[in-house]
Amino acid sequence: MNLGFFFREALRSMKRNAVPSFAAMAAVVVTVLVLGIFIPVVQTTTGAANEVRGRVLANVYLQTKATDADIERVRRLLTSETPHVKTVEFVSKEQAYAQERKKNPEAYSLLGSNPLPDTFRITPDDPDNVAQILNALQPTSASGAKTLVDPAIAEVKDKKDDREKILTATRVIKLTGGGLAILLVLASVLLISNTIRLSLFSRRREVEVMKLVGATDWFIRWPFMIEGVLLGALGGILAVLLLGVTKVALLDPLATDLPLLAAPETMNFGTLIAILLGASVAVSAAGSGLSLRRFLRV
Amino acid sequence: MAATQERPTAKPAAAPRPAGPLGDSVIEFRGVSKVYESGDVGVENATFRINRGEFVFLVGSTGSGKSTLMRLLIKEHEVSSGVIRVSGRDLADIDRKRVPHYRRNIGVVFQDFKLLPNRTVYDNVAYALQVTGGTRKEIREKVPDILRLTGLSTKLHNYPDQLSGGEQQRVSVARAFVNHPPLLLADEPTGNLDPETSIGIMQLLYRINKAGTTVVVATHDAHMVDRMRRRVIELQSGRIIRDEDDGLYRQADQNTAEFGAMLRGDDGMPLQRRGKTARQQSAEDLFDEAFGDDDK
Repeated sequence: MNLGFFFREALRSMKRNAVPSFAAMAAVVVTVLVLGIFIPVVQTTTGAANEVRGRVLANVYLQTKATDADIERVRRLLTSETPHVKTVEFVSKEQAYAQERKKNPEAYSLLGSNPLPDTFRITPDDPDNVAQILNALQPTSASGAKTLVDPAIAEVKDKKDDREKILTATRVIKLTGGGLAILLVLASVLLISNTIRLSLFSRRREVEVMKLVGATDWFIRWPFMIEGVLLGALGGILAVLLLGVTKVALLDPLATDLPLLAAPETMNFGTLIAILLGASVAVSAAGSGLSLRRFLRV
Repeated sequence: MAATQERPTAKPAAAPRPAGPLGDSVIEFRGVSKVYESGDVGVENATFRINRGEFVFLVGSTGSGKSTLMRLLIKEHEVSSGVIRVSGRDLADIDRKRVPHYRRNIGVVFQDFKLLPNRTVYDNVAYALQVTGGTRKEIREKVPDILRLTGLSTKLHNYPDQLSGGEQQRVSVARAFVNHPPLLLADEPTGNLDPETSIGIMQLLYRINKAGTTVVVATHDAHMVDRMRRRVIELQSGRIIRDEDDGLYRQADQNTAEFGAMLRGDDGMPLQRRGKTARQQSAEDLFDEAFGDDDK
């Protein structure tokens, strides 16, 4: 293929159609900026939501008279014999007392002794599996009575209300985030394809003449596609530079104070850039190629 | 001249078909009708034949179907019924993908020139070679040649909007002919030009015809048709109503008008000629030299 010729053609038409070219590039810049901001935002919020979800717990309260041996036995039971358990955290009655007294010193000063039992806090591997853990620890017999699997356990409880609230909240965040993302991407694609179509429309006469002289569809299309790719890449690079400056100037100083910004689940900047650049180039190339189809039917 | 040597190489690319029972006809219409989607009839039951090397005028008033014929010939439109053969090849057999290749064998000149506005004269002509995959060397040789022969050597680097109408049409003719196609179609080539400039364009077409290319010119320039005395095919509302060799624009019974036209023509011509000779002569000589008058 005569690639050099197509490149020269693309550059020529960019030079001769500076204004539409600039408009198309601006559309790409805006789109990539929006995406570049929005993708991390969505990721952080879902990351945060997931973290909250991770706090769904089941509490296993032991008998107040439980011995160290009992504690060890229950720990082994929880860690190795119960399904869907991710982590087990032991809170001794002294720790629990200290914690609670801090929250509510007056009430606890009235109590002479420590009424709190030793507790295991179980984190499930998935918040939706809490019910199964509960069931494993206190199987429900046919008569409906609940029997505990170990005599040292006094009670097994999950914070049912909390759990449901957290699950709905995270679902809402995910849905709205996803919805917004789809809308934004749609708007961006429309914006870009419209800009490309406008700039092509101004050149439909040119395309018509090319066809009359006997140019094949691809011969006409290549320069346009290359032009699209170049504009997309330029716009993408510009937007990424802006994003980079914003990140270095604004986000990084804040990240130390706001743990949300430094959420580990956020994609790293390099990957984000690669995705954005790839998307902008692909969308503009496909956009110019597809929009051209209409005008090629001469 | 370089062009003379290239002609034999250019011709086989134009793929002249074995003549067979069709004789030597370049264009053959057999019962061709074209009805547009709107229901308008473009051409109705047209049957005619144009032989290799002929110079034919298609005449008729606006809307008589001249342009439709042209469009059918470059396969911009499909026939509704009937068969069109160009160099013995049925146009219906050319699928969409091959249409560009087919068009490269036909030079087309339009009333509105259809030049690429953001390319120089040189690049406009070069584009016709680039689409066929012409090498740079080929382009560097052929383009200046054809532009010199069409009298545009001084305008190489001008853009179309910096040229007069006549000059633009010359560029358009140069572009149509740079591939040395066996067939050249001109749809109202002089429609936008003043009489003097028109003569220059017709001279160009005439010379191209002399060089062996079949030329079909759609026009309603009666003056020109009467003067040239070539084959005339007249259309009216899509139907061919006349086809005669050495024809006039109007039929013979319009003697008075014709007479007047001729008088006016004879009056005006010598004056115009004189003014033109100096510049035109050199280009014509070059042209003859380059493409050779086989008849002479």
